[in-house]
This record gives sequence, structure tokens and C-alpha cells, in this order.
Amino acid sequence: MKCQFCEKPATFHITELTEPAGPQVMHLCEEHAKGFLQKGATPPVSAIAGALAKQIGQVGDDLEELDQKECPVCGISFFEFRNSGRLGCPYDYTHFESDLRPLLVNVHDKTKHVGKRPTRSAGTADSFARMIGLRREMEEAIEREDYERASEIRDELKAMEDPIRTPPSDPDETT
Amino acid sequence: MKRDADFDELARYPGEWMRGEGPESDIVISTRIRLARNLADFPFIRRCSDEDRLSIERTVRARMDSLTDQRWKSAHYVDLEPLSEIDRQLLVERQLISREIAESDGSRAVAFDVTEGYSVMINEEDHLRIQVMKSGLDVQNAWEQVNRIDDMLEEVILYAFHPRYGYLTACPTNVGTGLRVSVMLHLPALVITEQMDRVFRSMQRINVTVRGLYGEGSQYTGDFYQVSNQVTLGYTEAELLALVGEEVAPRIIEYERKARAALLKNNRDDLHDEVSRAMGILSTARKISSEETMHHLSKIRLGISLGLISELDVKVVNQLFLQSQSAHLQKLQGRVLGTAERHARRASFLQHHLAGKDDPTWN
Ligand SMILES: [Zn+2]
Ligand SMILES: [Zn+2]
Repeated sequence: MKCQFCEKPATFHITELTEPAGPQVMHLCEEHAKGFLQKGATPPVSAIAGALAKQIGQVGDDLEELDQKECPVCGISFFEFRNSGRLGCPYDYTHFESDLRPLLVNVHDKTKHVGKRPTRSAGTADSFARMIGLRREMEEAIEREDYERASEIRDELKAMEDPIRTPPSDPDETT
Repeated sequence: MKRDADFDELARYPGEWMRGEGPESDIVISTRIRLARNLADFPFIRRCSDEDRLSIERTVRARMDSLTDQRWKSAHYVDLEPLSEIDRQLLVERQLISREIAESDGSRAVAFDVTEGYSVMINEEDHLRIQVMKSGLDVQNAWEQVNRIDDMLEEVILYAFHPRYGYLTACPTNVGTGLRVSVMLHLPALVITEQMDRVFRSMQRINVTVRGLYGEGSQYTGDFYQVSNQVTLGYTEAELLALVGEEVAPRIIEYERKARAALLKNNRDDLHDEVSRAMGILSTARKISSEETMHHLSKIRLGISLGLISELDVKVVNQLFLQSQSAHLQKLQGRVLGTAERHARRASFLQHHLAGKDDPTWN
């Protein structure tokens, strides 16, 4: 198989996520593969791998400990995130906040959202944890046919969904 | 919302964003904007149980049903799980769904409107992927439409939104705005003159990604490139729209225009020869793969825009790009075709349409 950008044999097969076609394999010669990965055109997945590699360089011996850190809500470990590039639940942005921040800086150069805000939101990050937990509890209640408890939880979830106006900006951050 | 869609009818219909109209449409095929959104009270897809996924699909469907907007009522809602592989592939070819969601398992769905050119994927990498497609370079209109749909859904769905990190997404590369602006460009002259490397290099450091487009089986089809913003956090939507739509795309369009003009000036005969050969092959071949088809159609499209071919409309070429793909061919034929049959069917399909026969499927 030839390199996609020249006549040399393709020795690198890089899978990346493209829009809208989904995961794609790039077939590149060594030279173009190097260029591709180093250039600004870094694909998302490589960006995560690259950023994490740097981060891990800094972490050193603590890596093993970090890998074992798990989200109390969805149970994902940092190791699983590192391997898949995908987080497990909204609460991960809170639970792994300090671990993710260098990655966000590396990918986006910034760590603070300045764009559109929904007119209502779940309030605090802890509400994600609470809502996901409640929903799970409700499913368990339905499973053991405790419909009274299930409907209590449904009401509670509904109350949490009721409009909580999104604050105009982050109160505790200045960056 | 309508609960199903007529896929035979869909295959015959060219799709608004493939009409080959809109600003800069000699070079820009289409503009696509998507927003990634997640529900606040579910884990992300990776950590969802089967029941969670089903529950997300049902919740979103019910909430969408509660919307009263008239345009929303004409949308189709299609459960992807029980759909045949060919029908799923058809939706991929029309870019209404991603290959990723087509090939995954479990509860998943898409709501779409063909004439409006939007779709909402449910249980893709994120719970919701809202996207709008426009023909040509039309970033502002695409944004206004996708933003309206987002506002509508936000009324009935509580999103996972964080005061500091914005819209939370399964992959940290999408967090913040969750916005990806993509412009699909046809750049044959830059490819012929071997300047794509220069384009790639010039896009370094400015937070955009340039990608080649792939056909079936991940074969490189050349000439088609997609530019999109790489960053999503720390910039406003307006800044990201301007980055792609006003800064990067126009610059590449200008490069391509210059390369086309230079080719026409210095290599007109070679170019005319290549375009005519492409036309010759597609008009006479008895068997042809989709990769080879793409390759020659690309040359023909260039020939039309440079005035080297006058008897063909770019609309027809765009239609052929779409309908010569495997699932479209099979839907138009009304049955499943093997590879060899497909290649033969594709050749006769192309022959028929390039012979200038009137086209009953294009209104
Ligand atoms: Zn190469
Ligand atoms: Zn989690």
C-alpha cells in the first residue's frame, strides 16, 4: 500500500476520528506520518494521546496511582479514559478536574468556556452526580417492583429538572 | 414527527445541500455545523448500560414529540437499531448519520428533515449530535439554524452544562461550545499542482484541521478536503464560525482559484485532455468501482467550473457523486447487489446520466 501523499510505501496506519465519516485509517509513509502528527493538523485522538503522554511524563511514579482513580458516579478509571479517550459521565469533569486541566490546555489552549449558555442548567456539578445516582436508584426500585419508591424518585428528578437559571458566568474562577 | 421514512424515495431525492448552489459553490461543496450535547442525568455513552441507552432514546423521543414547532412536525424520527444495513448505509451516504453510529450497537436513532437539511443523532458518541448542512459556503445560515434547533431542544431537555467548562462532552476535545464547523472543499488544482502540503503547513498554529475525504473502504479518493475548527473551548461560537468561514476557507478557496487559473494558462491542453478522458471513461465503462468514479467525477467537476465541459451541469455531477454510492445504487435498483453487480450497475447508471438523458429523479 502506498502513502496517501506520496509514492513511498505506507508504513503508518493511523486511525483517527473524522467528521462526519467516523473513525478513519490514514495510510502514511514514515515522513508524512511524522509530519502529520507534529503539524497543527493534529487529529483529536492523537491530540489526547500526545497531551496525556506529556502529562504522564510529569506525573512519573504517580501514574499508577492516577490510573486507579475512579469516578464515584460512573465508575470509570483514569486508566480507562486514557486508553479510550472517552469520559464516563458529566461528573468526571469535576472528579478528574485537576488531571484533565493540562489536557484541556494542550488541546484547546484554554480552560474556560466563554460561548453560549443554556437558559437553565442542573445548577452545580454535584447535581449531575445526584441525578445520575437517583436515576439508577429508580431503575433498581422498578426492578424490585417498588413502584412507590420509583415514583418518589421520579418526582425528585423532575423537581431537579425544573428551571434553575444558569448563572451568567462562573462565580469562583477568574481565568 | 413522522415515525418512519420512505428510503426508496429518499434515495431518489438529491438533498438540498447537494444542489451545487450557494456561495463559492464552484469550490465549496457544503458547510456542516454540529453541536455535541449530553443529558444531565445519564452517564456518557461509554458507561451506559443497555437500559440507559434505551431510556435516553425514549426520553429524547418523547421530549421531541412534545415540541410544537411546525417545522419539527414534518421531521422523520428513525430508530436505527432495527434498520437494515443498506438503509443505515444510505443515511451515512447522505451524511444524515455518521458511520460510527451506523456501525455501533444498541438503542440509537436519528431525527432528520431532508428538505431542511438537518439531523439530530441520538446515542452517537454523545447523547445528542445536532447538525445542519448547507450547500456552498454558508456558515452563518447553518449556525442560525443549528442554534435554533438547540434552543428548542434545550427547552425540553436538561443538558449537562458546567459553569466553567461549558457543554460537557464524552471526549474532552469537544467540550465547551461542542461546536464543529466543517467546510467541504473540492481542491483538484491544488492537488494536481502538488500544493496541498503547503496548505497543510499554512494551517498549522491556527487551530484548524484539514482532512482528506475517504470513500468506501477507507480508500483515499483525493481532491476533497474538509476544514474544521480544532478547538471548541475558550472561544465564542462567533469566533469559531469566523475562523473557519471567514479566515480559513476563503484563504484556501483563493489558493485553489489561483492554481486553477495557472493550470488553465500553462497546461490548458493537458487539463482538457484529462477532463475529456475522465468523461470518456465514465461514459463508456461497463464496470466501475466507487473510488474510480469519485476520481473521474472530480476531474469532470473541475472541467465544468473551468468551462472545458459545457454540456453538463454541476448539479448533475453532485447528484452522481451521491447516487453512485453503493447504498443509493441498491435502493434505486430495489434490491441488494453483490460487488460485481454493483460495479456494472454503477457503470450503466453513470453512462445513462452523462449521455445527457433527461433526469427524472432531479426536479
Ligand atoms: Zn508519504
Ligand atoms: Zn463518571
